[in-house]
Amino acid sequence: MSVIPPSERLAVRLTVNGRPVEHAVEARRSLADFLREDLALTGTHVGCEHGVCGACTVMVDGRSARACLLFAAQLDGRDVITIEGLTPADGLSPLQECFRACHAMQCGFCTPGMIVTATELLAQDPAPSTEAIREAISGNLCMCTGYVNIVRAIAQAAARAGARA
Amino acid sequence: MKPARFRYARPGTLAEAIALLAEAPGEAKILAGGQSLVPMLNMRLVRPAVLVDITRVRDLTGIAPAGDGGLRVGALTRHAELVVSPLVRERAPLLAEAARHVGHTAIRNQGTLGGSLAHADPAAELPAALLALDARLHASGPRGDRAVHAGEFFRGLLTTALESDEILSAVEIPAPPAGWSFTEIARRPGDFALAGVVVVLGSPLTPPSPPRGESLRVVGFGVGDRPLRLRSAERLLAGVTINADAAARAGAAVGSDCDPPSDVHGSADYRRHLATVLTERAVLQAAARLAGAP
Repeated sequence: MSVIPPSERLAVRLTVNGRPVEHAVEARRSLADFLREDLALTGTHVGCEHGVCGACTVMVDGRSARACLLFAAQLDGRDVITIEGLTPADGLSPLQECFRACHAMQCGFCTPGMIVTATELLAQDPAPSTEAIREAISGNLCMCTGYVNIVRAIAQAAARAGARA
Repeated sequence: MKPARFRYARPGTLAEAIALLAEAPGEAKILAGGQSLVPMLNMRLVRPAVLVDITRVRDLTGIAPAGDGGLRVGALTRHAELVVSPLVRERAPLLAEAARHVGHTAIRNQGTLGGSLAHADPAAELPAALLALDARLHASGPRGDRAVHAGEFFRGLLTTALESDEILSAVEIPAPPAGWSFTEIARRPGDFALAGVVVVLGSPLTPPSPPRGESLRVVGFGVGDRPLRLRSAERLLAGVTINADAAARAGAAVGSDCDPPSDVHGSADYRRHLATVLTERAVLQAAARLAGAP
């Protein structure tokens, strides 16, 4: 086991949105900056850079994670899904459609993190109570304070999925 | 808000991780889930020369039964796993409940038990739960493995009994008492608690009936520089039949055990008040559980 000096770049191989990616990164490169700067996946937003605002939330191995609190170097062999990976090539996902229908975005800065967080919630709890939705998004700050419509959109997505099932 | 440059190492075994720490005495930080350390790195509150990433160290994972109904939990166990693990829910339901209150889902998915304990935030849930459960924390280093009782592990604000060349490797939890309660007040779900109280009550083998204050621990968090035994409450309840009056007296007594901070979220007096109310509630809930309530 060697210690990688600060000046040297590390080779990382991972899967991003189903696509294998290989890149050389500085050890201190955050996953958020890696996605945005190195892979040009700018849907992952960078807000507070210390794990409070939730704007950079992505999926790592199927679980939500703050991309500002992980280093790209740690993700060798892992599977990362970003908002781009949750968005169909053509149009919007059912959850995104509900965000649009409910006017659940104002400036849109928090929206990618909200969608990732809500995707995980609905996968674990397909019919969440309003309280469960509020608790699930409590780690995602909307500085426009548009929470009411975000909660409504997530509830609508759950109801529509339930009606289809 | 980018961390200063650091050297990075990713050992595969505990022995390698300990050797890496020994190579950089006092200059290395251990990176596990990163949910407390990376914010401090990003804000440059800490600037370690070396980060030892232990997330691939297999010796530090796993949840296993230990003798006499206890549990051994690897330090790398994520909070989310503590919440859902059937073994934890059966053998340390208090720990599962405490883990549910840590941060938000994305934090619980990454943050680790060992990380929370080694970070030792005085308002954190898991240190308080382990103090109430009388857990033993295993520190591994160049001189071998040693076990430290939770009561001696937490030394003050972000300060523990861990030496700079040691790694917290696992936690051993004795068989749970039949009565327990975990309570906290936070401004939002996922925030650090303004104050919290944990109560355990009754031996695992012979729950007394009616509920009496035996094998009792009352622990407060967010009310001092570390998780604190609220000994005034413990003394008042020892051997006493637990009812609403006894719980109220215990709650009223804890103010002198607490030394809470005053900040923008609440004054010291307000936190003392919360400790009083929460102690009363937690004692009654623990007694109800001891008597057979779910």
